Amino acid sequence: MEFFKIKRDIPFMSYGKLTTFISLITFIAAVFFLTTKGLNYSVEFTGGTVMEVQYEQGVDVNTVRNNLDSLNIGDVQVQALGTNRHIMIRLPNKEGATSAQLSNDVMNILKQNHADVSLRQVEFIGPQVGEELVTNGLLALGMVIAGIIIYLSVRFEWRFAVAAIIANMHDVVIIIGCFALFQWEFSLTVLAGVLAVLGYSVNESVVVFDRIRENFRKPTMRNKTVPQVIDNAITATMSRTIITHGSTEAMVLSMLIFGGAALHGFSLALTIGIVFGIYSSVLVASPLLLMFGLNRDNLAKPQKKKEEAVV
Amino acid sequence: MNRYPLWKYLLIAATLILGIIYTLPNLFGETPAVQVSTNRQAIVINDQTEARVASALQAANIATDGMFIVDNSLKVRFKDAETQLKARDVIENTLGEGYITALNLLADSPEWMAKIKANPMFLGLDLRGGVHFTMQVDMDAAMHKTFERYSGDIRRELRRQQIRTGTIRQTGNSLIVPFQDSADLQKALPELRRFFPEATFTPEGNNLTLSLSQDVINKVREDSVKQNINTLHNRVNELGVAEPVIQQAGADRIVVQLPGVQDTAKAKDIIGRTATLEVRMVSDDPAQVQAALAGNVPAGYELLYSAGEHPQPTLVSTQVELTGDNINDAQPSFDEMNAPAVSINLDSTGGNIFADLTARNVGKRMAMVLIDQGKAEVVTAPVIRSAITGGRVQISGSMSSAEANDTSLLLRAGSLAAPMQIVEERTIGPSLGQENIEKGFNSTLWGFAAVALFMVVYYRVFGLFSVVALSANLLFLIAILSALQATLTLPGIAALALTLGMAIDSNVLINERIREELRAGVPPQTAINLGYQHAWATIVDSNITSLIAGIALLIFGSGPVRGFAVVHCLGILTSMYSSVVVSRALANLWYGRRRQLKKISIGSVWKPETATAGKE
Repeated sequence: MEFFKIKRDIPFMSYGKLTTFISLITFIAAVFFLTTKGLNYSVEFTGGTVMEVQYEQGVDVNTVRNNLDSLNIGDVQVQALGTNRHIMIRLPNKEGATSAQLSNDVMNILKQNHADVSLRQVEFIGPQVGEELVTNGLLALGMVIAGIIIYLSVRFEWRFAVAAIIANMHDVVIIIGCFALFQWEFSLTVLAGVLAVLGYSVNESVVVFDRIRENFRKPTMRNKTVPQVIDNAITATMSRTIITHGSTEAMVLSMLIFGGAALHGFSLALTIGIVFGIYSSVLVASPLLLMFGLNRDNLAKPQKKKEEAVV
Repeated sequence: MNRYPLWKYLLIAATLILGIIYTLPNLFGETPAVQVSTNRQAIVINDQTEARVASALQAANIATDGMFIVDNSLKVRFKDAETQLKARDVIENTLGEGYITALNLLADSPEWMAKIKANPMFLGLDLRGGVHFTMQVDMDAAMHKTFERYSGDIRRELRRQQIRTGTIRQTGNSLIVPFQDSADLQKALPELRRFFPEATFTPEGNNLTLSLSQDVINKVREDSVKQNINTLHNRVNELGVAEPVIQQAGADRIVVQLPGVQDTAKAKDIIGRTATLEVRMVSDDPAQVQAALAGNVPAGYELLYSAGEHPQPTLVSTQVELTGDNINDAQPSFDEMNAPAVSINLDSTGGNIFADLTARNVGKRMAMVLIDQGKAEVVTAPVIRSAITGGRVQISGSMSSAEANDTSLLLRAGSLAAPMQIVEERTIGPSLGQENIEKGFNSTLWGFAAVALFMVVYYRVFGLFSVVALSANLLFLIAILSALQATLTLPGIAALALTLGMAIDSNVLINERIREELRAGVPPQTAINLGYQHAWATIVDSNITSLIAGIALLIFGSGPVRGFAVVHCLGILTSMYSSVVVSRALANLWYGRRRQLKKISIGSVWKPETATAGKE
């Protein structure tokens, strides 16, 4: 079986302007939603208390909400998780460290009205912890970017490093943009997913870059223009790109379908990330390379020619 | 060219066997058990304890599945959770005070595995249920307390030298000791310097400033976290939790995890308590009390109230004479009026200070101040009738016997060096934990099956090699996690699944490369060799970039992110080994020996009939 019977190199680079334009539009849209709607941060970032309770029989969400009004702690959100047997309750942080007791109070009230309620999980996070998570998240992001740029600059050339990072930041921004647009909850595991996408997606670009570098050093490619060399590299790795993404996506979709609520945000971030990763690594990173003025001399330096003879 | 020397095959076989051995314990499951331990040094768990437990269980007609002693704790296995619960009650009643009886789960793997440290992975709270707390140690309070101790010591020392001073003030990170004249100061200075070598004394006019170096301050901070961890250990022991995790997280945080704890209210109550007991002097000077009640509290004093329905105000000095640090033991008891009380046994330093204090202040009142969750309340404020020597103190007041019980428990469990606050708390129900395991397992299984099926259909025999390599990768990863005794969490399972999805990339790269070589008309043996060779550079580059992301997550991540990162990073390393070395070994074993290899099974290799694409 063979999926891709590509006779001639696909002229990806001649579509370069179009693809860059499309990604620019999606990027701007993502930034737009991020700024206007903002992220729906989970309790890990905002601080507060989230409880998940389970009823043997279904329960009316409004009744639960009314019951909890007697607590007088401000904005309490009650939400059914799929069925009305699993209920999620969000409580804001209150001055003083009473939050630890809060969940007990809530359970007492709920038990009074429905004895069949049981506690599935409680998360209480102080406001300070959330701030630290944001700082650490940004630091992690910064370190990933710096690390990748340094590695790629050493192994390839600065143009590759910068193109890869821009292309993959584009993925990250689009994922976050999706989370903003649909107001999906942005939790710590989603952040882990986003950062994993960054690593994964750079991985993609690197495979294409590797081939570009190799092509530049091939004697058969000597009379080709730079766009032709890139086209050939993308076409040659096309099959692998699709299969690898397919298999990773299969895993991630399996998590999305079978993983339950706890893995939902994580696998959702990865699902989007993989879809855009395939696109960006091919159709964003490479045109950027051209834009930065990549040419043969950047990679195929005279002294390297000896190596070719050996291979 | 596609032959591995024998040692390489042996190496691979050895790693695979090790992988299997260390993965196996995870498959045996667990049995319910009861764990008996102690936190008193006077009590040892030995054969005698074992015999007592055995005979008690026999008397109660409860069958065990064996018992053994490990690390000064006795573990008894039972066939089901119901027997386990019954047995716990029996054991608890038999052994009585001083022992901690906890429910536990023990791995079912054979003993020889445990001997070579092949133990199952530790399951995180999100997979087995329990409570997680992150506590923040109040460092400002710790420093404040340290300076208070210094000022107390300085006062005592100067009194011994019969030098009079004004009120010692604390400003920022220093203490100011005002002297009556510089002669007194000069007289006191060498003595103080000798007495407190770690502090710096700077004279200025009639004042002497004490400051601490950064090293000393850091040590105070470290020590207060350490003492709090110790105290938490003691408190958690009172709860009887089987395998509690109490460890430092960052400079000033402590993480407490109590697996399997259901009674979260009780746990919070005991863990969350930040009670410390302080002995301070009371001012009964009517003028001062009047002023204080009018809202004008005199310097060096504070107005504290007693607990209960009718809080009584007491004007208490801010100078702490004695803290709970000096308490050896505390037990609930009854005073001569038959009211609930707490009997306290002080250590020798505490006993001396207390004797000195009571001798000097006969006729005056002293207050026992309990500081709980940042709130100070007066437990009792008795009049000192005579000097109390010997270090045995009884405090009573308007408390119920339950309160006396609680107070003594807190005091016994040790005091905290600095108050703590719960900044993060998670409770995961056991049913949710079980569900998380199942869901995580299922998603990995189905994803793996889909990928495996595709690989075999698409790449035939080479696809099979890839699937075997991928399975080996899973095996290595679980083996390493088990050997490291890492804690498996739900994000960890997610990372496992994702890593498998990404690991196949290396094999796809290799297989595609081999196909490409074949397409270009290279003979099969050479194609295999070149395929692996060319793919290697790409595999290294792409995996290292992923590894960079993983390491960043490991460094900056916390909680679930770190759980993800550990598995992710290890998975990248094992996948590089298994996809390149293991699959190559298989290919070599299968095809390498055939000299006249005409065809290899790697799915169809399509060749364009017209000019070869990109290879003109």
